[in-house]
Amino acid sequence: MVADPVPLQLAAELFPNGISRYAIGGLFVGLGAAVIYVGTGISAGASTFLESTLSYVSGQSRFQQYVASRDWRLVFTLGIILGAAVYAVVYQGGAWTTDVSWWRLLLGGIFVGIGTRVGKGCTSGHGVCGVGSASKTSLAGVLAFLLVAILTAQVVAALGVTP
Amino acid sequence: MATSTDRHPLFIPLVLVGGLIFGFGLGYSHMARPEVVLNFLQFEDFGLLFVMFGGAAVTGIVFFVMPRVLDRAPLTGDPFERRLKSFDRNVLIGGAIFGVGWGLSGICPGAAYGWWRSRATDGVDPSPTGAD
Repeated sequence: MVADPVPLQLAAELFPNGISRYAIGGLFVGLGAAVIYVGTGISAGASTFLESTLSYVSGQSRFQQYVASRDWRLVFTLGIILGAAVYAVVYQGGAWTTDVSWWRLLLGGIFVGIGTRVGKGCTSGHGVCGVGSASKTSLAGVLAFLLVAILTAQVVAALGVTP
Repeated sequence: MATSTDRHPLFIPLVLVGGLIFGFGLGYSHMARPEVVLNFLQFEDFGLLFVMFGGAAVTGIVFFVMPRVLDRAPLTGDPFERRLKSFDRNVLIGGAIFGVGWGLSGICPGAAYGWWRSRATDGVDPSPTGAD
């Protein structure tokens, strides 16, 4: 048995699950954003949804700025939910669950929520649309959250929290 | 931005279709699974780079081409612009806060929406923050 050439070994180490699921999934994510952009000129992001939806029930100016966009943001979020559900049902025959501890999800979710509002975007707004726009602001934002997220995940793992 | 009264009838259906494709992509790429994101952050599987930059490559091409092909978006009459936001310290501070949360939980907003539904189909507590 001849050993795999070095590049193949390296690829298997860096991408133990292959790259096709990630690359194809990423293309779909970009395509979804592209479809909306081509028809409407809007570069869609996911993280403004909570604030825009709060404008239905709150008169605060912080939320009222999203009145014009709140209905399509709601529909966009609905689409994401349904699209992921289609994948879950068709390809894995049902739901997926996680073993990540509840306190990590809760605490992390709070930080994520605050971070997107302070930092003007998230992984879809900055990461997919902003980087696609070659926006220096978005590149800086992505770099900031990637580095800090890597550091955080490594520290948590080093502290022996699994998963 | 067009107001809801003078919008093209296909505006909302198109956003729904875009969201469906977007959500399907998040499911297909396994980004709706916190473990996959955490594996990336712990350098065990670098596939996430292909998701983000694969998505950005597609939007990059479209953002580049559309303004050169059409003056205005057909459904809104809005000009095609890139997603450019002003830079200030908050971008880094907010990014860092986001990073702490993302590194802790492995969830980000878009993927979390997908995950809700997936849990709900199981008849389990649909809240991603619910006690496991």
